[in-house]
Amino acid sequence: MEGKEAMISLILSTATRYLLPLLLLFSIFVLLRGHNEPGGGFVGGLVASAALALYSIAYGVAAARRMLRIDPRALIGVGLLIAIGSGLLSMARGLPFLTGLWVERELPLLGKVGTPMLFDVGVFLVVIGVVLTIIFALSEE
Amino acid sequence: MDVVLAIAVGGLYAAGLYMMMRRSIVKLIIGLGLLSHASNLLIFTMGRLIRGRPPLIAPGAEALAEPYADPLPQALILTAIVIGFGVQAFAVVLIKRVYEIVGTDDLDQMKRTDEL
Amino acid sequence: MRSLLLVLPLLIPLSTAVLGLLIRRKPHLQRVLATAGAGLLLTSGLGLLVSVQQGGIHTVQIGAWPAPFGITLAADLFSAIMVVLTGLIGLAVVLYSLGSIDPQRERFGYYPLVHILLLGVCGAFLTGDIFNLYVWFEVMLISSFVLMALGGERAQLEGAIKYVTLNLMSSALFLVAVGVLYGIAGTLNMADLSKTLRSTPHPDLAMAPAMLLLIAFGIKAAIFPLFFWLPASYHTPPVAVSALFAGLLTKVGVYAMIRVFTLLFNPQAHGIDLIILVASGLTMITGVLGAVAQNEFRRILSFHIISQIGYMIMGLGLFTPISLAGSIFYIAHHIIVKTNLFLISGLVFRLQGSYHLKDLGGLYRKHPGLAALFLTPALSLAGIPPLSGFWAKLILVKAGLEVQQYLIVAVSLIVSFLTLFSMLKIWNEAFWKSAPEEHLTSLPQGNRLALLLPVLGLATITVWISLVPETLFSLSEQAAQQLVDPTEYIRRTLGD
Repeated sequence: MEGKEAMISLILSTATRYLLPLLLLFSIFVLLRGHNEPGGGFVGGLVASAALALYSIAYGVAAARRMLRIDPRALIGVGLLIAIGSGLLSMARGLPFLTGLWVERELPLLGKVGTPMLFDVGVFLVVIGVVLTIIFALSEE
Repeated sequence: MDVVLAIAVGGLYAAGLYMMMRRSIVKLIIGLGLLSHASNLLIFTMGRLIRGRPPLIAPGAEALAEPYADPLPQALILTAIVIGFGVQAFAVVLIKRVYEIVGTDDLDQMKRTDEL
Repeated sequence: MRSLLLVLPLLIPLSTAVLGLLIRRKPHLQRVLATAGAGLLLTSGLGLLVSVQQGGIHTVQIGAWPAPFGITLAADLFSAIMVVLTGLIGLAVVLYSLGSIDPQRERFGYYPLVHILLLGVCGAFLTGDIFNLYVWFEVMLISSFVLMALGGERAQLEGAIKYVTLNLMSSALFLVAVGVLYGIAGTLNMADLSKTLRSTPHPDLAMAPAMLLLIAFGIKAAIFPLFFWLPASYHTPPVAVSALFAGLLTKVGVYAMIRVFTLLFNPQAHGIDLIILVASGLTMITGVLGAVAQNEFRRILSFHIISQIGYMIMGLGLFTPISLAGSIFYIAHHIIVKTNLFLISGLVFRLQGSYHLKDLGGLYRKHPGLAALFLTPALSLAGIPPLSGFWAKLILVKAGLEVQQYLIVAVSLIVSFLTLFSMLKIWNEAFWKSAPEEHLTSLPQGNRLALLLPVLGLATITVWISLVPETLFSLSEQAAQQLVDPTEYIRRTLGD
């Protein structure tokens, strides 16, 4: 691999600029519909990290890190913390760890909200963190 | 269908083990990958091959309507694939580091830790 | 309350690891957090042990999904004892790491990795679901892979290749066994499996997963002839990591083997007990002979792990309540003593800059205290009365004589003489003979407490077990009783 600049292609970088927000929106859509239909935090996280990986291919890893702002390894921590928290909420009510608790009323846009969704958000962040850590580490060498 | 899959599982095991016995560490990792695919396919086959509906109880019904697909083997395989993905990623980075430090991909050159 | 006690040994290391990941940049805070986490884990383990001893087997259905559909956590006395030992070793190793791990590893996330490893080990001890057991094994393995390779020296990487390959191989076999078990029984809950397998119309079919599990756990536990990865890799990482691995990892394999061959399969039905017994004898002999040939401190100790695994498996092979109690007693004794010996090898390295026996010497004259600290676990490992290893071996020998297995008893006695021989070799070379050159240094002042405290603590516990073996023995006996008769375990897991 000679020179990082040689990798930047005009077509890819222009396309990425439009694809990135679309893919990120799609990943959130997949995350939110996940409870009763195909989708969920894992797939959503993979879509989101694919979008960010695409950005890193088009503009370089340093630019992708700058855009992400937060270290992917910290994302793993935040995601796990959210997942643990979602399990602890049920223990605070005296139910076994990770028991699903639901908000009674359906909310607009989000539908039924409960701790399993919170858990999924945690998974979403962990997947992004893990995949990006691996991809960034491999392409930075 | 079961027989075809059984043969495929056997073939994957054979190929995986053969690759693991080679001296190159790259082939070792490929062999490990094949081995985990073989295991996943075996679990898939063990879950009975039938054309079933999704295992969701229809509104108003009390129990599942036959035939339905068993979701558990799929859940097991998905988990195993995710774990396998992580392990493979680690293994690739590991052999890359080994190649950089030891300067060869020949397993026979890596006997230093076994010397007296 | 009970459900909390069961979940805490998982939540504490997980939360510690996650918080540690978030404060990766602040090494000072990380050290405090890691120590506090390990201390809390030990406390929660003790709480669980007391509660299980008083209230019988504890179970929790995670997410309130009823067994056998959901994931069950179950703690009987055996699990609880193992969790306490995990907390103890975790605390000792974290304390030792405070004084010995370099800042680079700390920045990379050494402490969170150790806690993830403890999480995996505790999870494996507490789960009541065989696929979940696989997942915890993987959690433990992946963090151990990283700990093994972290630092990237040549020997470490070469060791890691062997360690990773054979452990992945064993995981693949484990996974296949789980798949086949599910195909036969249609369930993965271990209590439910136990019930289903006992009434299955094809008991011979269950032999396939039984053998696969025997081999898979055999690789993880390093029994003959599946142990070659262990002496090739355990002496390569920093000594704190070696001690952690030596204390806990192979014992998780032994635990899984005992759990599966008491709860799921009856080893006496198809002659599995004979296979285990033969393997245990050969494991003892090959391990100790390997150790006799070595001249490097940590490699001698590594080979002794293998040899000692043989004793633990021997209890399973004899398969009487008293022999299983002997196994549990042996595991507890071994974890404490072996971790301590590895930590002492690290102290010796600090003092003389080498692990090779020919470069060592004169330690008895310079550091008589350290020499005494070495002798306690070393003689205990060899089984000299009245130390803890003597009681452990005594129980096993007695159990062997009761069922007239004289050959294995003879082997175990001969092996303990050879163990004594190789411990005396270390004593003679490192402590007794005069130093080859005068390059004795003393321990660094600032770290002295962190380095000596775990060694002293573990030695004190060894002495305590030696003087009052009754406490641990009665615990082991009750635990063995629960293993031999799993009806209570099944009833508590599946409900009435």
